[in-house]
Amino acid sequence: MEELSEMKTPGETLVEIKNLNKKFDDTSVLKDISLDIHQGEVVVLLGPSGCGKSTLLRCINGLEKIQGGEIILEGEKLNEQTKRMHLIRQKIGMVFQSYDLFPHMTVLENIILGPRKAEKRAKKEVVKEAEELLQRVGLLDKKNAYPRQLSGGQKQRVAIVRALCMHPKIMLFDEVTAALDPEMVREVLDVMLKLAKDGMTMVIVTHEMQFAKAVADRIIFLDNGIIVEESDPQTFFTNPSTDRAKQFLNLFEFDAI
Amino acid sequence: MDFNFIREYVPYFIAAAVLTIRIASIGISISILFGLLCSIIRYFRIPILHRLIDIYIELSRNTPLLIQLFFLYFGLPKLGIVLSSETCAITGLVFLGGSYMAEAFRSGLEAIGNSQIEAGLSLGLTKSQVIRFIVLPQAISISIPAFSANVIFLIKETSVFSAVALIDLMNVAKDLIGLYYKTDETLFMLVSSYLIILLPLSIAFTLIERRLRHAGYGN
Repeated sequence: MEELSEMKTPGETLVEIKNLNKKFDDTSVLKDISLDIHQGEVVVLLGPSGCGKSTLLRCINGLEKIQGGEIILEGEKLNEQTKRMHLIRQKIGMVFQSYDLFPHMTVLENIILGPRKAEKRAKKEVVKEAEELLQRVGLLDKKNAYPRQLSGGQKQRVAIVRALCMHPKIMLFDEVTAALDPEMVREVLDVMLKLAKDGMTMVIVTHEMQFAKAVADRIIFLDNGIIVEESDPQTFFTNPSTDRAKQFLNLFEFDAI
Repeated sequence: MDFNFIREYVPYFIAAAVLTIRIASIGISISILFGLLCSIIRYFRIPILHRLIDIYIELSRNTPLLIQLFFLYFGLPKLGIVLSSETCAITGLVFLGGSYMAEAFRSGLEAIGNSQIEAGLSLGLTKSQVIRFIVLPQAISISIPAFSANVIFLIKETSVFSAVALIDLMNVAKDLIGLYYKTDETLFMLVSSYLIILLPLSIAFTLIERRLRHAGYGN
């Protein structure tokens, strides 16, 4: 398998989102969103609760039915109905807020399930790769543990490895540190920073502003289902152009009493 | 207590116990498969079928087995369908057991969060792979306690099979009491037979449950 960094040709469009509309019953959650994600790029989605950022992420993985527009991954249109949806999803790694490891399987079994069953790869080769990835996130000694024996941060690192073992073209992170104790947030974010440095294409929904500033190539600020502002992190955090973004960023500032 | 009488008639009880066990195992095995099928149909809300299964489950759970057997044994022949005693007994047991098993599995299936399914799908597994590798293994082990209670319950329910002229344990006991008035000895053998069948099963299930709890899931 080639290293992902070697495959990286910056600037090439990986995901195209065109005029995406998403409704829950009569409520519009995403309104006419258009967005391109390029190879090797780290895009961070920010915005207040309910702005649609998690929904946008779930749409990219085909977990939500969309009511309008289209999402294209490497030239192939995502469509809930298509028989190929599971093949498209193999190119997309997703990590959830609630870890969602499979509790009846060991760490290693969790990781090799996808490559073994979805891709039908040889067990020996997959186990070897899984162990290497576990080593990279410092969890090789936990390979035979069950999820319930792990801390939140460890579970989330395993969840990241589980997604990586499928060699995804793009990784989606949905508030992956939101359920963690503060001291465990760091270990997960470090893994993500390393991934970004290795050239992985990533879309991240997070509330960790410092992390967003450090990892992002581009910040997308959503409010009320529309893209309000789109800029590089430096500009966004020091000099946001919209009032809505300024208000949002002020929420994270504390004045001394 | 007349031990010579007991010695003489033990073979009758053994034969009846073998019959009871045979019918119970066939009936319960089919109940498990049928119940699993029903619970999956309900879980995924397969159109029309899941409505039919809802009706079946209410009908089956709210009528006594004895009445179900009477219907099969005395009612169906009037419609031209004649079933043997054994077929009636097995059909009745499946009709009753299927719904109880379906409810047991349902509680297991409903305990599996939607996020587990999404996590499986996002790995690129197909829907049926998600059911096979992620949903069912967890659902079945969650429903083991309800499931084992049902197995014991269904074996005990076989005691009404004498109503459809099957020579089961209850039937042998009734005959012996009627013929010889040896009520104490006969009832002693009857109770012992059920205990010999059910106690080991009950202990085995307790051990399985304890092991499962030991390997307990949860986060």
